Amino acid sequence: MEKTFHGGVIALRNMNLTVNEGDFISLLGPSGCGKSTALKLVTGLMQPTSGRIDWASDNGSGNLGVVFQEPTLMPWAQVMDNVYLPFRIRGVPFAEVRDEVLEVLRLVGLEKFQRAFPRELSGGMKMRVSIARALVTKPRLILMDEPFAALDEITRFKLNNDLLSLREKIGCTVIFVTHSVFESVFLSDRVVVMAARPGRVIEELTVDAPYPRSEEFRTSVEYARYCRLASTALHRATGEAA
Amino acid sequence: MTNIETDMTHVDQEEAARARRDQILKIAKWTLPSLVMVLTLLGWHLYVTLWEVPHYILPGPLLVLEKLINDWDLLWAATLTTGRLTLLALVFAILGGGMLAVAFTQSKWIEMSFFPYAVILQVTPVVAIAPLLQIYLDSPFVAALLCAWIVAFFPILSNTTVGLKSTDRNLEDLFTIYGASRWQRLRYLAAPSALPYFLSGLKIAGGLALIGAVVAEFVIGRAGTGLGLASTLLEASYRFNFGRLYAALILISLMGVTIFAVMSLISHLALFRWHESALKKDG
Repeated sequence: MEKTFHGGVIALRNMNLTVNEGDFISLLGPSGCGKSTALKLVTGLMQPTSGRIDWASDNGSGNLGVVFQEPTLMPWAQVMDNVYLPFRIRGVPFAEVRDEVLEVLRLVGLEKFQRAFPRELSGGMKMRVSIARALVTKPRLILMDEPFAALDEITRFKLNNDLLSLREKIGCTVIFVTHSVFESVFLSDRVVVMAARPGRVIEELTVDAPYPRSEEFRTSVEYARYCRLASTALHRATGEAA
Repeated sequence: MTNIETDMTHVDQEEAARARRDQILKIAKWTLPSLVMVLTLLGWHLYVTLWEVPHYILPGPLLVLEKLINDWDLLWAATLTTGRLTLLALVFAILGGGMLAVAFTQSKWIEMSFFPYAVILQVTPVVAIAPLLQIYLDSPFVAALLCAWIVAFFPILSNTTVGLKSTDRNLEDLFTIYGASRWQRLRYLAAPSALPYFLSGLKIAGGLALIGAVVAEFVIGRAGTGLGLASTLLEASYRFNFGRLYAALILISLMGVTIFAVMSLISHLALFRWHESALKKDG
């Protein structure tokens, strides 16, 4: 899979990004650097002012999974129905995808909560449901827009680990927007550091550490070194903006 | 150890006191209003008997009760008549208000064109419109129904419109990304989002439909609907039959209470599993 785009002038200038199948890419940058705009361009919610997005496969843009900063669940629907939503919109009867729905709920560790309503779940659990919903159609590309920003650090670490092991099992491509240096380095194999006004890429950092990454990686010297590199680039990004 | 144990018993005592207080509050919630009711009736009775107030000025509670029992056939028939008019107006208010709300949210043009007139219809007192309806409409029943409908439909329209518009923006985006149709958006996103708003509109509309029905009976009279509670009340006042007047008044007010209770129950049943408004404090 490959895509290149040059985005709208103000929010995003001359952004060039190639995403390969299986990549885990983080977009890291200060507020207003166009990270979320970039995601919206990929989803088709926004059209680029100039430039384009090229998909290697024909149906690339048709099968996306999206996770927002908020869990964005339908409060009136049980967990199961929330996860079933993408299929429901496609007109697939529940009976046909029942197994897929239950399987993905098992993957995120919520099979016991399939009949629960969102308000009965904790913040972390809601986010798991949101991830399950994004995964249920087996998309080749998953877009995540600061999904863990509102969670406490302990829950966030846990979900970071779980996200990586999920990806091991499913093998999808991820574009992950964050403003946490630590999160971006821990999760991704490429960190794209962006600066604001105008939004643009200022550095691409390859994190050359093998998956699966465990808690040991989080405390390793190597990890610290990458964090320092990303952090320096981010400082440069915010410095330029100021 | 002893310290901890004392602490535990201390907490337990506090908890016990709290439980006792809750228990008392729970009982008081029912007993206090009942007590007020009994005292009022007693005071009313004493006032009427001790001061020998003539029944055509203020009938005693016993006389009202007597009328309620003796005139029951007539009063019950009147209750059914008013009840039918109220319910019919409410059903049409739900249909009309609901469909208009959907039309408003589906098309900005429709909303811009018609919303001001819905407001005008709402703010013009229905008592002022009712005589006109009677003149222009051949059927007095339809005139009475329209009268009650005008009063009842607006809260449903405005609440449902707000509800249909108050969908979660991210969910909207999600529906767009998954390529949802207009109908799917309405059915699976806007309609459930609007449900709590619609239901609170329904609670108001229920009471207003009754008010509209009473106004219609007053203005259009028994020609329209047959003898309803409000026309019974009006006739009783002409005949200085104040016992029956009070009996009819009590039935109207009981009907209002019943409608409110039913609407609240419907609202509770529809929302208690998921909506924050129905969340128990300690849930």
